Amino acid sequence: MEANKVRESQIMKIHYLTGIAALVVVAVHIMMRLIMPYNLSLEYENVIANYHNMPYAFLLESMLVLIAIHGFNGLRIILLEMRQSKAWESGVTILTIAAMIAIIGYGTRTIIVANGLEMG
Amino acid sequence: MTDTIEKLERLDKKRSKEHKEKEILRSSITLKILRANRAANEPAHYDTIEVPVQRSTTVLDALLWAKGYKDHSIGIRYSCRMASCGSCGMKINGIPRLACYTKVSELSGDTITCEPLSNFPHIRDLVTDFSQFFEHHKNMQPYIQNENADIKDPAKLSEFMQSPEDVDKFLQFSYCIKCGCCYAACPTVAMDTKFPGPQALAQMYRYFADTRDTAVEKRMEIVDDRHGLFRCHFAGSCSSVCPKGVDPALGIQLLRGHMLGYSSNEKKIAELKERLKK
Repeated sequence: MEANKVRESQIMKIHYLTGIAALVVVAVHIMMRLIMPYNLSLEYENVIANYHNMPYAFLLESMLVLIAIHGFNGLRIILLEMRQSKAWESGVTILTIAAMIAIIGYGTRTIIVANGLEMG
Repeated sequence: MTDTIEKLERLDKKRSKEHKEKEILRSSITLKILRANRAANEPAHYDTIEVPVQRSTTVLDALLWAKGYKDHSIGIRYSCRMASCGSCGMKINGIPRLACYTKVSELSGDTITCEPLSNFPHIRDLVTDFSQFFEHHKNMQPYIQNENADIKDPAKLSEFMQSPEDVDKFLQFSYCIKCGCCYAACPTVAMDTKFPGPQALAQMYRYFADTRDTAVEKRMEIVDDRHGLFRCHFAGSCSSVCPKGVDPALGIQLLRGHMLGYSSNEKKIAELKERLKK
């Protein structure tokens, strides 16, 4: 094994930990929908109010990061099992990392804009 | 040591009790055998052969009767006829089993279907190519590695001191006869050809857990790969088809626990017994 290569066990540790942490933050997120009638909690003003609430914005950001890492690593694993060649494996790894970064970037931008913070 | 042996004896008793309860007595069965010669590009087809059977007739006995008296061109691999060599692994009624260890009286229906093991390249009829399987096994370095043991100098040859508890940690995995049934049943192997498979990974755990072996880190590096230990989906089919009562899924999960750091990797290494001076 190359010295600079990330070990699969380390990736899987991150995978399991992000999965467990995502369960916790999603549970909090769902419970927050229940502090008022469900349909009311999804109204525009309430949604924007959630984004303006700094701890809640952090919760949304952590949810985005945890699910993106866990989900895209899961996708990488599924795709790795489909075909076995050096080019495919490298391609899948690079593409899933790029897609993960793009999703986190776009989601973070949405959270920042909705939070009312100025971009740039 | 006793724990593992007792467990295997219990399994054996359970198996024979179940067998007696479900025993179906017939005077003949129909063998449905998959026939194909891959080298000659022959399309696969099934041949059906009527075979007379007795209470204790095994599927291998039935196949050999068919080969001896009906069609001598049937391709079968077999050797010991007593579940020790692991040569006669095949899919019997869709499940990977040893033909010599499966009695026709324990199979329901009047037709018994015999097919080559899945996940192995097919050669001819019921014969498959085990090269890749053995290659995976070889990659696991299935032998004791210990720098303190000088095997080159006969004068220094000695024995390791192991307690029965130490032996019990890996004993069941050493009963593997490399029949390939677990490999054929594994859904990950069916998808991922680079995945070592349950047999190789269980053997990895067998040497990993052996207190005579010191190559813990080296062994972990071998399976800590994209197509290694973590690709097991824990379907558990390997353990359910093993004819020797080995639980490869358990070995894989234990190894995974060690690799993730849930279990301690520090094991007590067995000491070499000092040679008695005459």
